[in-house]
Amino acid sequence: MMSNLAVLPIIIPLVSGILLAFFHTKTPFVRHAAKLLSVISTGVAAYVFYYVLQNGTVTLETGGWEAPYGIVLVADLLAVTLVLTTNIIGLACIFYAPHSLTEQKEKFYFYTFFFLLITGVSGAFLTGDLFNLFVFFEVLLMASYALITLGGEKVQLRESIKYVLVNLFSSIVFVTTVAFLYSVLGTVNMAQMAERVQEVEQQGILTTIGILLFFVFATKAALFPLYYWLPKPYTVPNPVVSAMFAALLTKVGVYSIIRMFTLVFVHKMEVTHELFIWIAGFTLVFGAIGALSTNNIKLVIAYNIIPAVGFMVMGVGIYNQTALSGSVYYMISDMIIKAALFLLAGAVAHVVGTPDLRKMKGLIHQLPLLGWLLFISAFVLAGVPPFSGFIGKLMIMQGGFADGEIAIVIIGLLSSLLILYSIMKIFVRGFWGEKDESITIDKKTVTALTWPVAFLVFFTVLLGIGAEMFYPVVDDISNQLMNPEIYIDSVFKE
Amino acid sequence: MEIIMSVVAGILFAAGIYNLLQKQLLRIVIGTVILSNGAHLFILTMGKLKRGAPPVLEYGVSEYADPLPQALILTSIVISFGLTSLLLVLSYRAAQENNTDNMEKLRGNHDE
Repeated sequence: MMSNLAVLPIIIPLVSGILLAFFHTKTPFVRHAAKLLSVISTGVAAYVFYYVLQNGTVTLETGGWEAPYGIVLVADLLAVTLVLTTNIIGLACIFYAPHSLTEQKEKFYFYTFFFLLITGVSGAFLTGDLFNLFVFFEVLLMASYALITLGGEKVQLRESIKYVLVNLFSSIVFVTTVAFLYSVLGTVNMAQMAERVQEVEQQGILTTIGILLFFVFATKAALFPLYYWLPKPYTVPNPVVSAMFAALLTKVGVYSIIRMFTLVFVHKMEVTHELFIWIAGFTLVFGAIGALSTNNIKLVIAYNIIPAVGFMVMGVGIYNQTALSGSVYYMISDMIIKAALFLLAGAVAHVVGTPDLRKMKGLIHQLPLLGWLLFISAFVLAGVPPFSGFIGKLMIMQGGFADGEIAIVIIGLLSSLLILYSIMKIFVRGFWGEKDESITIDKKTVTALTWPVAFLVFFTVLLGIGAEMFYPVVDDISNQLMNPEIYIDSVFKE
Repeated sequence: MEIIMSVVAGILFAAGIYNLLQKQLLRIVIGTVILSNGAHLFILTMGKLKRGAPPVLEYGVSEYADPLPQALILTSIVISFGLTSLLLVLSYRAAQENNTDNMEKLRGNHDE
């Protein structure tokens, strides 16, 4: 069904960001306006989600150009679910931001870049055109470059150069891959690509292009050989920025992998999807080991992004409906919990004055609520029932067993234990023990920093306990993913 | 013609990657510029090179150049232009703050 609804989650943050740029010196006003706009954006995203849930996929041919020629926006259930999750995370971050950022940083267009980041992420989820996906990648990366250097400290500048260069290189490879695909398929529209892939005679070259595209998305998503750039740059900016990056940027990469390798490149699964399983296995192991290797709590959590991505790609590699449901479920849950954990680590580091675990002890006396939130988050992340991480992992593993991929399932289970240990280490060393009298806390700030975290943790707990309620939606999503013709028909039916 | 241009794009890619692997920051920035120019040339080549045909799609015109690659390149040029200027400012600031433009020395240590 054609409707302008599909473009609203992109337009609203874009306009918000531009509007706020004009008032950047009036900090109190901008703070409140940003909160209000974020609530509106979330409300609209929720409405679009509800609408798509009731009426099926909504598409929009932008500028009135017919589907294969112009850019088409496709708001299918997967896209709108992720857009809604993005907005919920944005909402929590925007309430956390004023207490975490210095006023100077806020004046330097923090809120503008924040909304532009959301624009880019929502756009990447919603677009149905491969080149347009590249453009939205650039939109969100540009905003992220500005956010990561916000403040301009020595470490920040040094780390952000690496971050920018890696992303720039992968973007250039992305453009080159689009050129390859265009020369073979003669289109950049995803739905038309999916149709034409089946008709092309030389499937070998398509597989090569598919792997090249996977390389691009794997760099963005931080998969096994390509994750080296991720942990350090993610720890240098302000916790709000780290939380946004951790929750959204790698997941855009994972989303693109899911989209392209369920819709377009499904012609040679014994090569591509088998490769994913191997890479997912290595990602799980190396990410979990990385998380154990450091005493910097921000770095521990940054390393934890990597095995989570491994789990999601594992579901794509196994490629059956149960495993894909698991991937999607885990992705939603992980987006929320990673944002919560980064905000939490930021709050702890803010109170103690350092992210070094060796300098913390007995924080449970000063920060009881944050401590227990961390405890719950560790359980969510490791996949202890009844929390949401468990449901996602369970489905991925069920799918794995059904397809006889026993080895990868065992690796997944073992790395879950390592993940649990890495977060529990923060809880045990940082929160247990004698009260540290040297730490003074500002009750008001701590409360303000705690409740956005509580808001996000509440959602993951809800996702876990209310799994009965959310499962049909996720099942519907994976059904659409397993049957690409639903996507193709929704683009071309009119 | 396409083969020659593909080779040229390949040479640009090689030169770009060689520069990208250097230690000096400015060389790395130049490397990314060459690399993205290689990519742009490559898009044009992949859309089939044609001389003397208008890029406009009109009714009744049978001989026309494919407009899509040109649109793609235009978008891509704008993006890489913006990125290059950002990267130049960023490397200037980073070199200034850290007192070095050598990537080996910008590696950082564990204690921060």
